[in-house]
Amino acid sequence: MNRLPLLFVGIFLTFASSWAGLVVYPYLNLGRLAPVTDEATGNVVPPPLSGLANAGQRVYAASGCVYCHSQQVRPAYLSTDIQKGLGARRTVSRDYIRSKPAFLGTMRTGPDLTNVGLRYTAEWQHRHLYEPAEVSKGSIMPAFRYLYRMQKIQGAPSADALKGLTGPHAPPPGYEVVPTEDARALVAYLLSLKRDYALPEAPEEKIP
Amino acid sequence: MTTLAQSLNPNAGAPVRDAYERAEIDASARVPVLLFFGSAIFWLLVGSLLALVAAFKMNLPWLLDSEPWLTFGRVRPAHLNTVVYGWASSAGIGVGLWLMARLCRVPVLHSSLLIVAGIFWNLGVLVGTLGILAGDSRSIEWLEFPGYATPILFIAYAFIGIWGVIMFRFRKPGHVYVSQWYLLAAFIWFPWLYATVNILLIWQPIQGSAQGAVNWWFAHNVLGLWFTPIGLASAYYMIPKVIGRPIHSYYLSILGFWSLALFYSWNGMHHLIGGPFPAWLISASVVASVMMFIPVITVAINHHMTMRGHFEALKWSPTLRFTVFGAMSYTLASFQGSLMAIPSLNTITHFTDYTIGHSHLGLYAFFTMMMFGAMYYIIPRLTGWEWPSANLIRWHFWLAASGIILMIGSLTIGGVIQGFALYDPGVNFMTSLQLATPFRWARSVSGLLLTTAHVIFAWHFGMMVLRAGKRRSEPTLFARPLQPKEAAVA
Repeated sequence: MNRLPLLFVGIFLTFASSWAGLVVYPYLNLGRLAPVTDEATGNVVPPPLSGLANAGQRVYAASGCVYCHSQQVRPAYLSTDIQKGLGARRTVSRDYIRSKPAFLGTMRTGPDLTNVGLRYTAEWQHRHLYEPAEVSKGSIMPAFRYLYRMQKIQGAPSADALKGLTGPHAPPPGYEVVPTEDARALVAYLLSLKRDYALPEAPEEKIP
Repeated sequence: MTTLAQSLNPNAGAPVRDAYERAEIDASARVPVLLFFGSAIFWLLVGSLLALVAAFKMNLPWLLDSEPWLTFGRVRPAHLNTVVYGWASSAGIGVGLWLMARLCRVPVLHSSLLIVAGIFWNLGVLVGTLGILAGDSRSIEWLEFPGYATPILFIAYAFIGIWGVIMFRFRKPGHVYVSQWYLLAAFIWFPWLYATVNILLIWQPIQGSAQGAVNWWFAHNVLGLWFTPIGLASAYYMIPKVIGRPIHSYYLSILGFWSLALFYSWNGMHHLIGGPFPAWLISASVVASVMMFIPVITVAINHHMTMRGHFEALKWSPTLRFTVFGAMSYTLASFQGSLMAIPSLNTITHFTDYTIGHSHLGLYAFFTMMMFGAMYYIIPRLTGWEWPSANLIRWHFWLAASGIILMIGSLTIGGVIQGFALYDPGVNFMTSLQLATPFRWARSVSGLLLTTAHVIFAWHFGMMVLRAGKRRSEPTLFARPLQPKEAAVA
């Protein structure tokens, strides 16, 4: 092939087509979705994240949770996600407008976290992050003990000390385990993960 | 190779002149290309070590779990980024620049600038990797390097890419070979890809799920429009060179090139089937993924027909053995990729180890093996020294080949089993984990085989740079070729 202008133009145009379709279009459309008001409840959805939950996204990113946990529920015609209880409806673009970044994920080495905020309490999350295998038998999730501090109890135990810890890393008598700021932020973020509101474009799906 | 009759011919100046020209090009490429190869091999070792840590952590979650920088969620992206930017890109740049210089028949001009760019590229990889381990990862797959590392990489790359295009601009007159199209395209596509995601995902992140689309447009195209063209350019060069006959069909190479450019670039969204996107966006990628059968079958036929009748050469040529392994893996990886994009199959394989197996089929069995093959050909021409030991090459090949087959086999089978468990509403989550466990052990073992192969290769490369071992007057081959005239081009 010696017609070089053709080569250059072809290299440019083929690539530009995908750039327009998969970059510019999502940027102009999905990237500009706005929250809506839920007519039944009058709430703005998706709800904004608290400051602490927002900070928790950074801990989530730094810890690489996304490599094992997805945050997307596929529609019923394409998967059994809804039957398996991952959520009452599929997730759509508008669900993610508050996410920085959108942790969609590509692996389910661990369970999907789209609605994890509906399933567990803060207390459970802290104990689980501290020593996953003690809370969830057979789990291969790494422990995030570095997000916690073990300290000597000074006078009365701290209000936020983890309760009911078992296993080799449970604090010895006279000691307690308290969450760091990062752990609190991460748990606040995990608790914020719930798609329990309705969106006009994503009605609850009937299982076929 | 000149025959006796040719050398007695009074018009026989050309072969000698050509040999001088090649020697001059190789001399000009020596330092920059060896710098890229050397640093690539360094990052390959670092990446292998990180991979081993990550793999064994999936078997033994308590392993090294007290240090934040060694947590799975940091080691895994550190592995991916060191092998993608440190190993594969550096190796690809080295091979790409050398091929471009040889095919354009121009020496590498001002190679000192390329050396500086190479040093900065490595600095970028180092800063980025340390950033991930320190907790600054972006957790955007294939783009985890923090925002303070990516500009270093981009600027370093800009120099390298411009050099590739400039060489093409100053080429000697004559036919432009298929490898040159692929290289030129790769040198142009990569900065476009990387600049786009730097702006839209790292510096001024766009909103919500649009990030996912841009993320996978990028991540898939790094493989499809950066590594694949370089790998194919190498195959199109090495196969005819080693067996000493031209490529089977010029028209098939044109069809293969343009269909790859058009279809591959649209593939990315097949990583997000069922995700929060308009249906047409996903469908477009599914269609483009299935259309990938066209470029892949075209290239496979072209390479196979070129090789036909010369498969004997696999017995003696290290370059050819690695290259043909890579070329066959390319066909396999692409077929698998097209099938995985079909929604009814994707619903099983999505979110499982199957995907990890597939990405290693592409990036390792295809691209990495292709780069090994090219390096076995190029490095002796740069150092003026033959590979000291055929046995070390043999060990390298068989450990790498068996390691990667074990890895892909175990992840593929384990992934399907895991996928059915995740799909079945009657099976709980923990069962999918238990079912995958033995296959994840097999994957960890395969990592040991691959790491051993890399250590052997790194050692051998070190001997080449130091010109260690006995001086050899002939290329290092596995066996004596049947037809002596072909040995000259091994």
